[in-house]
Amino acid sequence: METNYDKIEKAAKTRRTVTKVIVYTLLTLWALMVLFPFYWMLLTSVKSYGSYNAEYIPKFFTLSPTLQNYIDGFTTVNLGRYVLNTVIFTVATTALMLIVTIPAAFAFARLNFRGKNLAFTLLLSLMMIPNELVIITNYTTITNWDMRNTFIGLILPSVASVFYIYLLRENFAQIPDELYYAAKVDGTSDFKYLWKVMIPICKPTIVTITILKVIECWNSYVWPRLVTDDEAYYLVSGGIQEIRENGFGRENIPAMMAAVVVISVPLIVLFLIFRKKIMAGVARGGTKG
Amino acid sequence: MENNNRKAWLYLLPAILFMGLFMVYPLVDVFIYSFEEGYNSASQTFFGTGLYNYSYVLHDPYFLQAVKNTFILVIITVPLSTGIALLISVGLSSIKPLRNLYQTVYFLPYVTNTLAVGLVFMILFKKTAYSDGLVNLLINLFGGSSVDFIDGPYWAKMFVLCFYTIWVVMPFKILILTSALASVNQDYYNAARVDGTSKLRIFTKITLPMISPMIFYLVITGFIGAFKAYSDAVALFGTNLNAAGMNTIVGYVYDMLYGDSGGYPSYASAAAIILFAIVLTITVINLLVSKKHVHY
Repeated sequence: METNYDKIEKAAKTRRTVTKVIVYTLLTLWALMVLFPFYWMLLTSVKSYGSYNAEYIPKFFTLSPTLQNYIDGFTTVNLGRYVLNTVIFTVATTALMLIVTIPAAFAFARLNFRGKNLAFTLLLSLMMIPNELVIITNYTTITNWDMRNTFIGLILPSVASVFYIYLLRENFAQIPDELYYAAKVDGTSDFKYLWKVMIPICKPTIVTITILKVIECWNSYVWPRLVTDDEAYYLVSGGIQEIRENGFGRENIPAMMAAVVVISVPLIVLFLIFRKKIMAGVARGGTKG
Repeated sequence: MENNNRKAWLYLLPAILFMGLFMVYPLVDVFIYSFEEGYNSASQTFFGTGLYNYSYVLHDPYFLQAVKNTFILVIITVPLSTGIALLISVGLSSIKPLRNLYQTVYFLPYVTNTLAVGLVFMILFKKTAYSDGLVNLLINLFGGSSVDFIDGPYWAKMFVLCFYTIWVVMPFKILILTSALASVNQDYYNAARVDGTSKLRIFTKITLPMISPMIFYLVITGFIGAFKAYSDAVALFGTNLNAAGMNTIVGYVYDMLYGDSGGYPSYASAAAIILFAIVLTITVINLLVSKKHVHY
């Protein structure tokens, strides 16, 4: 009898172990699938042009890593320019987004005014408008204003983000009313209340929307491609296409991969620092795919 | 109260300016464009109104190719990515050690530049004079013969596009599903365990119904996202998607606007509105289907 019981227990244990092994294998497989392209771009970016093209069967490691490709990326093609443009674009767009978003969220959350409900409903319905519909007229507008190939033309249509206003309003609205009345009694102005009380309390949300906007700006491709055809104003996404199509005067894949690494690293670092915030923010309403 | 009115609108002013100029006005304008026949962007004149632009777009072989590509992409990637994401998320929530590490790794594609990482996929799949590429070596290893996935047959190109699209959309789906799984009340599982319910039954009778709203949300956003596919295709096949035969509807809109084939905002508008109509129809169908199957 006892041996029988032991047997059952043992069988259950084996089954648990087998399930665990299967689960971990599956998860590791997908992790490798995700990581492999990153490994491959790093690896290729440190192989020399000659040795890369000499490998009919690509090697999974290299014994003579070189930084020449990175030097080429910044000297032969304008990678530095693209990165700088993207930084300018990202910082300016994100800053303007905050200047637009914070007061609007404040008005919707804190102030009472005529037409507030209607305005808020209209705002929410704007969230459903696909970018593809409005980009056509924006393109004509910017062209008519002679703003193609300028930073202003790149930045202005990229500023507004309905969803962030909504997200911040929800957060502002959670702050208890008593705080506001107490501040009013003390004679605090609305602006000072926003600046000294609401923004510090809601800092986590503001940081989240800032990071999400930075990611969005860094990766934006469609709008920059439409309004810039002068290489001096390319952002990294357009720049990498330019490098691919007319890049190094010959198909120089290792140097191209070096450029890809340079473009990818800033966001990966940002992600590793703000991992929890980014994932929570995306879970609340980011969409991609 | 009266005093607040002016102040409130002042706070809203920047938002109203930006949104009015770059969202509301364009939305109205795009419909007008789509009905203006023979619009010339240089002189800003047109010689008639009507449905000609729609008819032109619907008879354009490039547009039909783009519609075909987009539909194939949607039909393959949405169910596959949602299914795989579900599998991975269930696996992920059944383990404890290393879970955070896996979650972090899985999220990486979300923060990468689609255009840049697409190039890595291109070199992995591309067959060049120097080398058949890594993927082809794997195929050779299993006894197959090399295929050029980037400039080769249609199905091969479609395969890479679907593969890359799934790779890109996975992080979002895994993130949503793991948090949905974590929010299922443990009491249900405990009760089922006391009753000796089998694992498969627990999954189909408890887990799936409980997370069905989130699965449904992913299917809807997945459809919408896949219908708007564009930059993944550019990353793999370059900017001249018509030549590669891999254009998407969104790609067609932009090609009509700009580039060698560009300068036709009216055609672009008509195509964009057709795309919007398709997406709206599919979303409504999704909503109707979900009413029957989703447990709230």
